[in-house]
Amino acid sequence: MVPASMLQTPRRAAPRRVTVEPPFVRWLLIGTALFFLGLFLFVPLAAVFAEAFAKGVGFYLHTFNNANTLSAIKLTFIAAGIAVPLNCVFGVAAAWAIAKFDFRGKTVLITLIDLPFSVSPVVSGLIYVLLFGAQGLLGPWLSDHNIKIIFAVPGIVLATMFVTFPFVARELIPLMQAQGRTEEEAARVLGASGWQMFWRVTLPNIKWGLLYGVILCNARAMGEFGAVSVVSGHIRGQTNTIPLHVEILYNEYNFTGAFAVASLLTFLALVTLALKTWAERKNAALRGMEN
Amino acid sequence: MARKTTSVLPGFKLSLGYTVLYLSLIVLIPLACTFWKTSELTWGQFWHAVAAPRVLASYRLSFGASFLAALTNLFFGLLVAWVLVRYQFFGKRFVDALVDLPFALPTAVAGIALTAVYAPHGWIGQWLKPLGIQVAFTRLGVFVALTFIGLPFIVRTVQPVLEDLDPGFEESAASLGANRWQTFWRVTLPMLRPALLTGFTLAFARALGEYGSVVFIAGNMPMKTEITPLLIITKLEEFDYSGATAIAVVMLVASFALLLAINFLQWWSHRHHAPV
Repeated sequence: MVPASMLQTPRRAAPRRVTVEPPFVRWLLIGTALFFLGLFLFVPLAAVFAEAFAKGVGFYLHTFNNANTLSAIKLTFIAAGIAVPLNCVFGVAAAWAIAKFDFRGKTVLITLIDLPFSVSPVVSGLIYVLLFGAQGLLGPWLSDHNIKIIFAVPGIVLATMFVTFPFVARELIPLMQAQGRTEEEAARVLGASGWQMFWRVTLPNIKWGLLYGVILCNARAMGEFGAVSVVSGHIRGQTNTIPLHVEILYNEYNFTGAFAVASLLTFLALVTLALKTWAERKNAALRGMEN
Repeated sequence: MARKTTSVLPGFKLSLGYTVLYLSLIVLIPLACTFWKTSELTWGQFWHAVAAPRVLASYRLSFGASFLAALTNLFFGLLVAWVLVRYQFFGKRFVDALVDLPFALPTAVAGIALTAVYAPHGWIGQWLKPLGIQVAFTRLGVFVALTFIGLPFIVRTVQPVLEDLDPGFEESAASLGANRWQTFWRVTLPMLRPALLTGFTLAFARALGEYGSVVFIAGNMPMKTEITPLLIITKLEEFDYSGATAIAVVMLVASFALLLAINFLQWWSHRHHAPV
């Protein structure tokens, strides 16, 4: 579970303090912190790219000139392309109901929306196997009607939807709660229709928060491994996403190939972090303007 | 559920209805099915599935390594948050943004990268080997992967609290004769306690369910380096659906308990930090 407050790097105030540590303590602390981050973050990050290009640019490009790699990339885009917009619509609807209206059971609803974050990815995949798999509750009915969900694309999409379920909602709920309802009420009283109010008042207010949620949702959707691994069946060229393809190449001892494909996901992660930092700054600027 | 509202804003029934429907279809009904599936087992069968020696060994590893990883992050996360908030140094904004890498990097990529780095011939592993320390394919590897996964949680819960801390408290402590360490230990740290606890619980909960980053580095030997989520997959591959479900229910109950703990901690820290 990730509370919204911690995903946003907050703006920091100008340092003003009388109490400061002596310089050598300061540099010791900075050094220790960077050493720790180096061991766990920077070195592994650099290793991905070093390993990916270990056999040169030619081999790197060769890895991508492969039908299985390309079909894995395609499937990842399909899964994220379905899961992200659906969760985005859900996030806006949930945040609208929760932030703009009063009703009983609101706290319970917010907790339930957060639920997928606290479920292990493996269990997230398992629940769909138990529902739609051959041994599952709906399994016999599905096989009678020749519908395949588990070990097929629909299962991968469902598992992706589950693990990315809360991202947009949990970003928008606190944002819209903080914004209150006066602007929308004013729009309505002045004669705006529901859609006009939404497009002209609500959406411009939440756009950076929405973008932020969509970016994180997309990163998780494209990178999910555990849940997708359970429902995929690992059929090459058919039900392999990029992270699953990385695993297959790695287990075949094609390390350079595995890291080449992994470098694509790492690049995506770095772009995500850059966009996220940018959206945060925009959002902070927007809030600063209002205050 | 809803009481009659007199709001001029439209779309309450539509948005709430859609929210509840979508939540039920994607999350609640599938989760409920897991518990329903377990009810097909007798108590004896259930107990046999969740308390077999191999399963117990996996709990010990999963809970133990998650706890130690969260504890490590408690210490270093506070240090990183402190350094990022209080000091200026070259590349600070870059470091700040990169702290979130474990959130953004797919777990499988983290897994193979950590394995490559900590393998006996890897960039860091080759320096640990002469010291007799082997990380990859041991329990230490599980700990390293879980530390990576939990790293941002404590930094990101402590950082905002540290930023909003009124410098007056530390100034008064200093002017009353406390040295820097006493001020930190007796004044600053107690104010950070709720945030630290929340971050610790979040990191622990995340580590408990983690799969992707661990399987590559752990070696996955039964009784030794096999984590609980991997055991669920193993049971599924053996077509032992009820065994997999029973273990999954144990994990779900543990996650729900932690979720409640996190909600309580957040409520508590809110009250703790409420403006007087």
